[in-house]
Amino acid sequence: MELRQIDATDRSLSLGEARRGYRGRVVCILPIAGNGRLAPSEMERRLIEMGFIEGVEVSVIHEGPFGRDPIAVRVGEATVAMRRRDAMAILTE
Amino acid sequence: MRDMTTDIGDGIIRVALVGAPNCGKTSLFNALTGANQRVGNYSGVTVERKVGMAQTPAGRTLRITDLPGTYSLRARSPDEVVTREIILGTRADAEPIDLLMVVVDATHLRPGLRLARELRDCGLPLLIVVNMIDIARHRGIEIDLDLLSQEIDLPVVASTAVRRAGMQDLWSRLDTLATAGLPPRVASGWAPPTAADLRAALREADRVIALSVRTPERRRSLSEWIDGVLLHPVAGPIILLLIMFAMFQAVFAGAAPLMDAISALIEGVSATISAVLPEGLLRGFLVDGVIAGVGSVVVFLPQIIILFAFILILEDLGYMARAAFLMDRIMGHAGLHGRAFIPLLSSFACAIPGIMSARVIDDEKDRLTTILIAPLMTCSARIPVYTLLIGAFVPARSIGPGIGLQGLVMFGLFAAGVISALLVAFVSRMLFRRHEIAAPLMLDLPDYKVPQARGVLLGLWQRARAFLRRAGTIIFMASVAVWVLSTFPYAPAEATEPAINYSFAAMIGHLLHPLLAPIGFSWEICVALVPGMAAREVAVAGLSTVYAVSGGEGALGTALATHWSLATGVSLIVWYIFAPQCLSTLAVIRRETGSARWMWIAVGYMFGLAYAASFLAYHLVQSLGG
Repeated sequence: MELRQIDATDRSLSLGEARRGYRGRVVCILPIAGNGRLAPSEMERRLIEMGFIEGVEVSVIHEGPFGRDPIAVRVGEATVAMRRRDAMAILTE
Repeated sequence: MRDMTTDIGDGIIRVALVGAPNCGKTSLFNALTGANQRVGNYSGVTVERKVGMAQTPAGRTLRITDLPGTYSLRARSPDEVVTREIILGTRADAEPIDLLMVVVDATHLRPGLRLARELRDCGLPLLIVVNMIDIARHRGIEIDLDLLSQEIDLPVVASTAVRRAGMQDLWSRLDTLATAGLPPRVASGWAPPTAADLRAALREADRVIALSVRTPERRRSLSEWIDGVLLHPVAGPIILLLIMFAMFQAVFAGAAPLMDAISALIEGVSATISAVLPEGLLRGFLVDGVIAGVGSVVVFLPQIIILFAFILILEDLGYMARAAFLMDRIMGHAGLHGRAFIPLLSSFACAIPGIMSARVIDDEKDRLTTILIAPLMTCSARIPVYTLLIGAFVPARSIGPGIGLQGLVMFGLFAAGVISALLVAFVSRMLFRRHEIAAPLMLDLPDYKVPQARGVLLGLWQRARAFLRRAGTIIFMASVAVWVLSTFPYAPAEATEPAINYSFAAMIGHLLHPLLAPIGFSWEICVALVPGMAAREVAVAGLSTVYAVSGGEGALGTALATHWSLATGVSLIVWYIFAPQCLSTLAVIRRETGSARWMWIAVGYMFGLAYAASFLAYHLVQSLGG
């Protein structure tokens, strides 16, 4: 499992770096300790609760007016506003 | 577990509504209970407790609790803790629940079905309510309710809360369930789900949706089209600014005729009493104490109602989440959460509802910061003080087409409130939380909806009542106290000065005077500040008593302009930007943070800022020749 995830990170783009108009599919949810206030396991659970799960299609539909942050992400039938820093945990391809 | 059977003896079935945020839970609650609902608080926390009674077509009585919206029982904010405790039956001040209605948005089943899966373990009978089915049908979404029910192995019923006909299925299902007898609650097997559990639940929800829901080819929805404009990087912030401008225009200009009417009514009442009662202690108490004090506060009811009408409608529309999205970056610089925008906006009406709505912020420290700076926003209680002082010390000059100097100063005072609030948040972040990483922002941007008149009116009514209750209690008592302090002891018979100069209030004023003299306050101001601690606007009544002026604000303004130097006037205006002169706000901070410590921190920092800023303002204006 671990190996497959690391393998996936090589050719994937973190949602935190995606620009408006980007469309992709979630490869894995991989919060890194120290990148956010929450523990990675808690961050992972919150992302899943908002609908982010491996295989789901996502697209960046809006960027914030100042510094292109936060972003509005379409996931399924929902639109979720999130900061780029937090979106870094979502790897897509 | 406290109650293992559903029958407590009174035959009332206790139902709780639970659902993810924005699933239409509250409009369903309103549809079920009508206006027959009470809003209060759970003990110890300021989480709104909404309970209502309902009667089914077969005549059964339901007692319905609207639980705060939540994505999971894992509970990340005080709101969600209440939801968990009630569902698991561990909350002492809430009755046990007989039936849990899980409200699911028909256009967006995913989060609700995932939550329902988690709730299966809590030991209560569940009923899944697929709400807003009309919108789903309108969009061509077809839901096979029987198949859905079969796949998730739970009873499912569809509803349209905003239409009477849309509630029939739900009502008859409730009767059917009640007739069949609800199974008793069994011991809860709920444990906080792990990431793997959540993944499995979401996958299961996706599987069920794939089987039972047919969604037409996606096209650009109306919400997405609107968002294209409202979240546009250039147009978005401009529109937000325009909406806020319109809101303040409506609050200040729109409320004026109503406020004049209320003033006239109050004056009429006090004139009638003066005519009927003989001159004496009772008349003085009623006219100068009760009516002057409470009346000076009730006058603000129109402004508060207009501001809340805007906030409730924008909230119902779904625009508030967009405002949080647009403002997040700016708020983030001050170490705040985008969601802090809503509490801070509410604080323009009154810091109390603002502080209470801070509970939407799930991070504890962000929530505390928001609570502590909310009282700096220019609440409506400051308006009479500002109006009085600006009228007295700022010339009514026009400095451009349609722009008056007085209005500009008023705007500047509002801006000063906002800027100082953001600066305080920024400085506290730099001092205490420098190396901390910001808490995550994850905000659902719901589809736009037409606000329901009933929901908005109910919300307005509840807020107006809360405001009047405050006027009837705290401000009433403060007014009486001021009157007592400024009436007794009586002036001696040979007195030459106004009677108040011999009273307790004068003694307190003289006592405080040495402390406040460096910022230019006369002892009379100190006297007025004493009652002004109860509520800011009471100081206006206090000043008119101290200077023994009757005949309204105009006369008082003229009197102040002759008694005070410009420096003193400016110093007092600046004092009011910062000083925490509102006992109810302090009480709410204490209750909301659960400790007196944070209340004292608010008192300390706000008085400190007020003193420093007034000192600077006083000496600056003096050195400029004021």
